[in-house]
Amino acid sequence: MTSRMFDAMILSSSLFVSIIFVWITGDVLLKGLVHLSWDFLISAPENSGRSGGIGPILVSTAALLFIALSVAIPLGLATAIWLSEFAKDNERFATITSLTLDVLAGIPSIVYGLFGNAFFCVFLGLGFSILSGGLTLAFMILPVFIRTCEAGLSAVNTHWRQGGHALGITRISTVWHILLPAASPAIIAGLILSIGRATAETAALIFTSGYVDRMPGSVMDSGRALSVHIYDLSMNVTGGDQAAYTSALTLICIIIVLNISAQIIMNRWLHRRIVK
Amino acid sequence: MHYRLLSFLSLLITVLSAPAYAQSGHLTLTGSSTVAPLVTEIAKRFEKTHSGTRIDVQTGGSARGINDARSGLSDIGMVSRALKASENDLTAYTIAMDGIGIILHKENGIKKLTNDQIIHIYIGQINNWKNLGGRDLPITVVNKAEGRSTLELFLKYFSLKNSQIKPSVIIGDNQQGIKTVSGNIGAIGYVSIGTAEYEIKSGASIKLLPIMDIEATTENVKNGTFPLSRPLNLVAKNTSSLLLNKFIQYAQSQEVYDLVEAQFFVPVEH
Amino acid sequence: MILSKHSSLSLSNTDNMANMFLGMFAAISSVLLLLVLSFLVYETWPIIADGRFFEFLNGSKWYPLEGQFGMLPMILSSIAVMVGAIALAGPLGIASAVFLRFYARGSVERFYRLILYVLAGIPSVVFGLWGLTELVPLITKLHPPGTSLLAATLVLALMILPTVAITSTAALKSIPENILSGAKALGLSRQGQILHIAIPAAKTGIYSGLLLSMARALGETMAVVMVAGNVVQYPTGLFQPIRTLTANIALEMAYAMDGHRAGLFAAGLILTLLVLILSILASKASKGRFV
Repeated sequence: MTSRMFDAMILSSSLFVSIIFVWITGDVLLKGLVHLSWDFLISAPENSGRSGGIGPILVSTAALLFIALSVAIPLGLATAIWLSEFAKDNERFATITSLTLDVLAGIPSIVYGLFGNAFFCVFLGLGFSILSGGLTLAFMILPVFIRTCEAGLSAVNTHWRQGGHALGITRISTVWHILLPAASPAIIAGLILSIGRATAETAALIFTSGYVDRMPGSVMDSGRALSVHIYDLSMNVTGGDQAAYTSALTLICIIIVLNISAQIIMNRWLHRRIVK
Repeated sequence: MHYRLLSFLSLLITVLSAPAYAQSGHLTLTGSSTVAPLVTEIAKRFEKTHSGTRIDVQTGGSARGINDARSGLSDIGMVSRALKASENDLTAYTIAMDGIGIILHKENGIKKLTNDQIIHIYIGQINNWKNLGGRDLPITVVNKAEGRSTLELFLKYFSLKNSQIKPSVIIGDNQQGIKTVSGNIGAIGYVSIGTAEYEIKSGASIKLLPIMDIEATTENVKNGTFPLSRPLNLVAKNTSSLLLNKFIQYAQSQEVYDLVEAQFFVPVEH
Repeated sequence: MILSKHSSLSLSNTDNMANMFLGMFAAISSVLLLLVLSFLVYETWPIIADGRFFEFLNGSKWYPLEGQFGMLPMILSSIAVMVGAIALAGPLGIASAVFLRFYARGSVERFYRLILYVLAGIPSVVFGLWGLTELVPLITKLHPPGTSLLAATLVLALMILPTVAITSTAALKSIPENILSGAKALGLSRQGQILHIAIPAAKTGIYSGLLLSMARALGETMAVVMVAGNVVQYPTGLFQPIRTLTANIALEMAYAMDGHRAGLFAAGLILTLLVLILSILASKASKGRFV
């Protein structure tokens, strides 16, 4: 294979992905933009979502995401660090844990939904609530987040660790000041995949955070997520297509904003560590 | 470390500041995804006219409606079919009727089919439209997934077993059926009549076929002449609660007929 | 603040505490799986106790209301769709990662990365809608009914592509610059640097990304329900409709009672076992025992 052919293959693959992207988002943009307005974003849905807006649904979605991330990020980072930096002392347990995570990552989301319903809603008595939904989501994104962080940490050059040892720094300090910043691209990638999975999730949320489309008063209220709303409008509510596409467009915009800000925040946080 | 602590603290605060879940004047309904959008709208109007009440509507399917009403997880279940003999521990309250009609793609030349022809299509003995006088086009048979009440109704009416049917596509919800048939000239399927009428009016490429020469219209479902229809029910085990009775009565009253029709179902006179 | 210790070979007190603390978190994650697994087994129990679980794996007819619970066609369909999706998304995704790491610069890089991130966050319903209204009619023109193994494979490939690309990019980025500059100094072409230095160095990360993607392909539900056709049969042709295990759960769970319900949980359990097998294979592969 000549070098030019190789270049052409890489470039045409990327072009192909871009074209598909334009096709899908263009489809949503074309069908959704007509309806999109400030009013749509802040008012409550009427007539099963065919008219009115998505205000309460946006609030519920934000609350769900907040709960899921504030549980999954600390738990996930800690597990990833332990697996890649400390687990050598306890190899058997570490093997079991990583296998566990792979399996957890592969369980279909609808099973998480049914589990969340049985465990959070019924067993812990949280009922159909944003809290139940957020915790279920946290469980669901945890393995993906851990696996990507761990992969990033173990890819960091061993010299850096040895450098830390040579300087007589504790292992945890090495992790905090050297390895985490070095692995930051992977951590950000993991975070963004997790946010993507959480905002896009439908099946797990129908059974946990529920279907109620009124403005939630607290995290103990049931609240409908945006993706559930889109599914309902496109598959279940006759005449809901227009609103479904507008909601999908909103969701895509939210994802873009979230991704950009997640990158900025993580970059700052990790950057400061290495400088200090 | 600060970050971790902070997020847990904020989580704790939000949890603790939540008001108690159980309120007086609170009802939870779960069940059929067909019925849920309608009951959501009824509940909103009920809350407006009965201040201090709160009705939460959850979806998840007819089976969930039955199970939750039995176990007490919900106060009322929503079921998109008549109750079976094994379910007589529950009481059913019909709030609307829904007709099921056969649909074809708009550009299919076939104008009507006899019941025998429909059966032969569904069991795979006729698999090209030319055998029925149409153009040379393979037939795409659209069937519903096991357990769906429309499937049960369809099978019962045509005296078929699901294992006899040779489907090309199996779908879940109503709208998926309409989208599948409108994207395939050779397709045949069956969906809720009200929604099909709406989709035809707003330009979807489908058409409804008559059954036994009776036109598939909501009018004919209402007057009882159309042979394929099902009740949409609210079911409850314990009917002693005042609020529950009030809500069921309200859901059956004339005050919500416009909501029933807005969801393309047929109101039932009581 | 940098903590120092006396011996660099043994763990200091701080490290011991950190080890315990972090290990506890890892344990929580494991307990989680046990919870989910035991929940699955509990719900499937009526069938396992009957001794009919094996019949599930073997039978080819799925008519739960008539007492026939064969899942083999669905298991094979799930695997077929996964293999097809990763065969398409794997090369495309890795090529995208190489493009991001070695070709794109400045605003092109930022824009292409955004494309991948947005694709990663588009809900499967939207992919499903797009597949059903744009892709399936195209396939129908080739060969009806359109909803088919091919449609499901294409849509799934698109859905897991960002996961492959993002994780591979991260893996390629974590390679120390000096390795690459060494290769460059040796006069290796860009192609040589990528194929012989960068990708082998990033192997672990790429493998774990591929594994995540395959697991996601196995577990994906809503989009597959919308485009696969959902007929229970062996995946014998690209244009044949098929039903995956997840689609089976999603289509019928809301309407299933008693034995039918237990049967669907069995489908979930089988999926979990498939992922377990996949994980074991992948962990062997990444240790270089085969490939």
